[in-house]
This record gives sequence, C-alpha cells and structure tokens, in this order.
Amino acid sequence: MSWNRKHLLDIESLTVEEITTVLDTARAFKAVGERAIKKVPALRGKTVVNLFVEPSTRTRISFELSEQRLSADIINFTAEASSLKKGETLKDTARNLEALNTDFIVIRHSASGAPHFLARELNASVINAGDGAHEHPTQALLDAFTIRERKGRIAGLNVTILGDILYSRVARSDIWALTRLGAKVTLCGPSTLVPRVFEQMGCRVTYNVDEAIQDADIINLLRIQHERQRKSMFPSLGEYSSLFGLNKARLARTKPDALIMHPGPINRGVEIDSEIADCGRSLILEQVTNGLAVRMAVLFLVNGGKGPQEIAP
Amino acid sequence: MAEATLILNAQAIQRALTRIAHEIAERNEASQEVVLVGIQRGGVPLADRLGKLLGGIWNHTVPTGQLDVGMHRDDLDRRIAPAVLPTVIPFDVTGKTVVLVDDVLFSGRTTRAAMDALNDFGRPRRIQLAVLVDRGHRELPIKADFVGKNLPTAPTESVRVRLDEEDADEVLLEKT
Repeated sequence: MSWNRKHLLDIESLTVEEITTVLDTARAFKAVGERAIKKVPALRGKTVVNLFVEPSTRTRISFELSEQRLSADIINFTAEASSLKKGETLKDTARNLEALNTDFIVIRHSASGAPHFLARELNASVINAGDGAHEHPTQALLDAFTIRERKGRIAGLNVTILGDILYSRVARSDIWALTRLGAKVTLCGPSTLVPRVFEQMGCRVTYNVDEAIQDADIINLLRIQHERQRKSMFPSLGEYSSLFGLNKARLARTKPDALIMHPGPINRGVEIDSEIADCGRSLILEQVTNGLAVRMAVLFLVNGGKGPQEIAP
Repeated sequence: MAEATLILNAQAIQRALTRIAHEIAERNEASQEVVLVGIQRGGVPLADRLGKLLGGIWNHTVPTGQLDVGMHRDDLDRRIAPAVLPTVIPFDVTGKTVVLVDDVLFSGRTTRAAMDALNDFGRPRRIQLAVLVDRGHRELPIKADFVGKNLPTAPTESVRVRLDEEDADEVLLEKT
C-alpha cells in the first residue's frame, strides 16, 4: 500500500492499488473526525491555497475543514473577489500564489485540464477539486469510500448513475473509479444527456429508468448541470422529473437494499423526491461526512516525500 | 538477502514479557489506574499479551488500546506517506497511567509521536514505556521504563520482530 504521486489530477490515471490506498487511509482519517479533538499535526507548517475559480460551496467547505483538521495554513481564493476579475490569467494568479511559498493548490475551474496545466507550471502539489466537465476525483473517491463502507465491497456491485451524464465531471470520475474497482456501471438519463459514446468507458447505457434501477445496489443521482448546458437538452424540468426522477413508486421496484447517493446540491422534486432524499436508504449526508475523511487522506498522501516508506526498526 | 541472527526465540520472548508484566505490576500499585496502549503495528500484539499477563497478576482486566502514530510523525514530507492503521482507544486516558508498548526502541521518534498523539485523547497522569528490544541509537531524550532485551546494534542493521502465533515468535538481527 503506497502512494507515489505529488498531485491528484484525475481518477483515470490511478491504479486500483492507488485508489485502494486512498480509501484505506481515509478510514483512519474518518476516525479522527469522531474524536473529541478532531485535529492532527500532519500538515503543520504547510500552506494550502484553495483556488476556486468556479463557484462551489460544499466542496470548498469540505476541503477547508479537511485542511484545518490537518493543521495546515489556508488561503481562500474565489473568482468573484480576486484579480481574475481584473483580467489576470490563471497562470499569473497561480505564480503569484506560489511566490507566497504555498505547498498545495486545490483548484476548481470551469476549464477541463486547468489542474493539469497548473501541475506542469508550478512546484506545488495540485489537487483537482473539479475541472469543467472532465473530472472531480475526490467526489469519486468519497463515493467509492461510502459504497465500500456500506456494502463491504465494490467489485461485483451494480451501480446505476442516473441523470445528466454528459456535463457531469462526477459521472466521469465515478465511472473511472467504480469500473476500475470492479463494479458494473449502468448509465441512464435523457438520450441527449447520456450519449452512447460512454459505452467506451465500460458502462452500459439505457434510457429506460425502471430497467436501469431494478437490479441496482447503488443508485447515484446527478443534478442537471444547467450552468454547463448551452441549449435546452430536454423539454422541461417537470417532464424530466416524471421520466427520470426517483420517486416512491420507482424506488418500490428496486432491490430492497439498494442505496441512494447524490453528490449534491440536490434539487428536491426534480431528480429526487423530497421524502426519498431523507429516507433511511439515502447516503447523501454520509457522503458529506466521508468527503472530509477522503480529502484529508488525499492531502496526507500527496504530502508524502520520496524517501522509503518503511523505517528500519 | 540479509544475514539474520536469532536474538530471541518464542520462549525467551514469553519470559521477557512475563518479567515486564511483573515489573509493571511492581511499579504501579494502583492497578486500576493502569491502561496499556500498543503502538502500531509491532506494539499492538505485545500490548495484548502484556494485558493478559497483567490481568492474571491483578485479577482484573486491563484496558488495552492501539495507537497509530503516522499522522504525528516528524518526517511526513520526506518519506512516502505511511500506511495509517487503526487507532482504537476505547477508554478515557485522563488521569491514568498509560503504558505505551512497542516492539523496538530505536531513534525514539516513534515514541515522541506516540506521546504527541496520546495528548489528543486526554491528559494521562503519567506515561511509561515498555519495549521488547532496545537497540540504542537514540536521537531524542527518551528512555524505556521496561525493556525485554537491550541489544547493541550497528545503525545499518535492522531488528525484525515476528509475532505471528506464539510458537513461531522470534526476534532477528539482520545485517544488510
């Protein structure tokens, strides 16, 4: 069990062993969050910049708290209140941040590949907190962690991802992580948002919701990414809800132990019925708790150096 | 492959642990105040065995926990990040005598990290240290209270403690 990477840029390039290392490490960090003193000195003296060029609430707060619980010093940087508004390029912004001797840059950006660009340009460790419609690796890792914790395994499970797949970085990262760990992934949603091309990632694509969820162990619901859609991809939210929303009647036809996930923010009454979001089979809030542990684990792992892992006893 | 010399066999390990248990009992008259915490990973099975031995001496169970020091190490950005094993301390350490248990005492840095980590769980009355092997070469002002075997070593050698199941236990000194 070891991790040799300086950055976390995507899931696509991770091996099964690397993903498993993150999940195993996160288990120990979850326990830290359950103690009276929820803080460890692992990143003491290190500086983390949270560079959120695209708006985010839950991911940003989760990263911030993870960093605080690792004793790092934090600089928060949002697009609205920064010189990016004054025409500074991402590269110049990042180089200015690096001139402050920052050790880690957590970046959320609307352009796919922005974290990879920074990783090439800068000496700091870069963590992708979501880049365009490309990837959102820590979300996939926390989803995998949550599934493994609740189901005891991932290999062999049927995971259905339902909703806007085309514009979803969560979907892409989830597909990479879950198929690599041996899950059978089914994608479902309006045909305009679930192109057949995703079959090349090793998924099954169907447009029939009831068929998509009848054998599912996990149903992962995704929000419609209005902000990324250039034109209307389906007639109305009402029609989306009746055709693809998870409601009581649909849930009744799933396996009784099928669990429901959602990366948030949820749109009650659109992709998920309000009472289902709050029911015992919903893991939505557990995902939030586990997100902290997974992000602590990622920061802890990328902080590692080059020396041998084992110390001579 | 490394050349290995047998330092302790299973019987010698058992004798050393029995002696350490009696020394812990002798030093700590208030037996109800004593808890054991094994340092991951080598100290955990040793703490469990010492707990059973002390339970036999005192006629009551001795609370035993396990502590991983990975998050408290002072070389985290120099080495590949360590595998972090579970920390389970199912009792309050505040006011207790905590006996930290480890297999090998070397630089003392693990012990320092363990004392630091323990702080997050409360304020022990005192902390004592029990080790199966003290191999010297301390880099910090740390000394064990209870030692199974003092073993002079060269810095380049390594001490391997195997605690599989009672009969196969052994301590080896490996030259690399």
